[in-house]
Amino acid sequence: MNTKISFRDVVKTYPMKDGVFTALDHVSLDIADREFVTVVGPSGCGKSTLMSMAAGLVEPGAGEVLVDGRPVTGPGPERGVIFQQYALFPWLTVRKNVEFGLKLMDLPPGERRRRAEHAIELVGLSDFADALPKTLSGGMKQRCAIARAYAVNPQVLLMDEPFGALDALTRVQLQDQLLDTWSKEQRTVMFITHDVDEAVYLARRVVVMAARPGRVQQVIDVDLPYPRTEEMRLSPEFGRIRNEVWHAVYHQPPAVPAA
Amino acid sequence: MTQLTAVGKPSEARAARRGAGRPRRALALNLIAVVAGLVVWTLLATVGVQGLPTPLEVAARAGELVADGTLPLDALASLRRVLLGFLLGTLLAVPIGFLMGWYATARGLLEPYVQFFRTIPPLAIIPLAIVLMGIGEVPKVFVIFLAAFLSSVVSTFQGVVDVDRTLINAARVLGASDRTIFAKVVVPASTPFILVGMRVGLGAAWGTLVAAELIAAQEGLGFRMQQAQLYYDLSTIFVGLIAIGVLGLLMDRLLLFAERRLTDWQERR
Repeated sequence: MNTKISFRDVVKTYPMKDGVFTALDHVSLDIADREFVTVVGPSGCGKSTLMSMAAGLVEPGAGEVLVDGRPVTGPGPERGVIFQQYALFPWLTVRKNVEFGLKLMDLPPGERRRRAEHAIELVGLSDFADALPKTLSGGMKQRCAIARAYAVNPQVLLMDEPFGALDALTRVQLQDQLLDTWSKEQRTVMFITHDVDEAVYLARRVVVMAARPGRVQQVIDVDLPYPRTEEMRLSPEFGRIRNEVWHAVYHQPPAVPAA
Repeated sequence: MTQLTAVGKPSEARAARRGAGRPRRALALNLIAVVAGLVVWTLLATVGVQGLPTPLEVAARAGELVADGTLPLDALASLRRVLLGFLLGTLLAVPIGFLMGWYATARGLLEPYVQFFRTIPPLAIIPLAIVLMGIGEVPKVFVIFLAAFLSSVVSTFQGVVDVDRTLINAARVLGASDRTIFAKVVVPASTPFILVGMRVGLGAAWGTLVAAELIAAQEGLGFRMQQAQLYYDLSTIFVGLIAIGVLGLLMDRLLLFAERRLTDWQERR
């Protein structure tokens, strides 16, 4: 399979009052085309920073980030981003939010409307297309944000703890919905989370990161077929993988001091 | 999803009930307070506080001033000054505030002046304005303009600075250029701040007006009160004060109404 996203020896440091904070310390990671990868790790491990680099919102200090073999120089509509805080434009209705990216593409109005309609339908918000974000629940807001990202038809979806602020029930519903749409319109997904269950349930591969300095600790394959089901979530095999990931996240050996 | 909407409903219904019940009660209390105030005023006047006219005498005087056209003309003259100064002030404040919020260079160049002049009450500029601009309309409008401008510019600037970074990032990742982000994200996101700034600016403009009119005006509410003071005409002074209060309140409510309409999308907690 072709490599879609490639992090090569990426370093990112931030100046601090006393010395520097190493957010990412020589991180290398390849994500294949149409692969679903989750990145999990303690706070401060640089997982969001890593994703922001693929999005083109943060520049690497050293090393390079490639998408389709070309270095990322800035954000672009072929890489959709979904933020934890939804980031909906509160003055626009659901439909207008979804059309925001489409309007920047110079599509004919009919085509624009059709694609927005399709994306809204995909996330099940058709009944709320003309509602303002303030009237929506957290789960509905995030689905609207997902529809906005889908509408411009990106090849890559970068998701930064998108379900982190939702209650457990809504989270499970949105996970299933996300997998459902992913199996219909396969895209490369890089999904950041701090929830081990979520990481295992969604991904083909779980990347476990460690903090201080931020680095890749372990990459764990999830040998469960798609579509993932509720039974699978309760299966011994799922439990085994979850334990492995859990162990990798919560029992990390201390960082080797940099020479 | 069905349960999500079902959960939403009771609280909405509660909010609606509260919305209907509260204003009626508040309105009744407001009315009681106004009536009580008038009664106290009447009592003070009849007990014989030196020279104090009763509400009825003031109302009669107001009737006379309306009948001979003085009050409408004065109010019109004052309103014209205030609206002219206020409009010029906000028209300049909004672009300047945007410039300061968006470009670090513009902020660096303009901020010392804005912050410095903000600490000077516009009324303190009056002597200078009269010396430089004479005693016509220009210095009055200028002082009002300054008051409105300084209030609006700071809140517009603050509004642009405070625009949520994730909204800007959300637009950028959808492929928006800087120009689009400015027009489609920064401007709408800072509208609530601008409107609050305009309300503060209007208040400042109105407050400055009367003082500006105390100096060398031929008409206007402030001028009329100044004249009445010379003739010990307390009723006219009261009419002027009440007219200023009522007009100020009306303008503020009008802007508040516009603000509510334009920023209805905000989540109010």
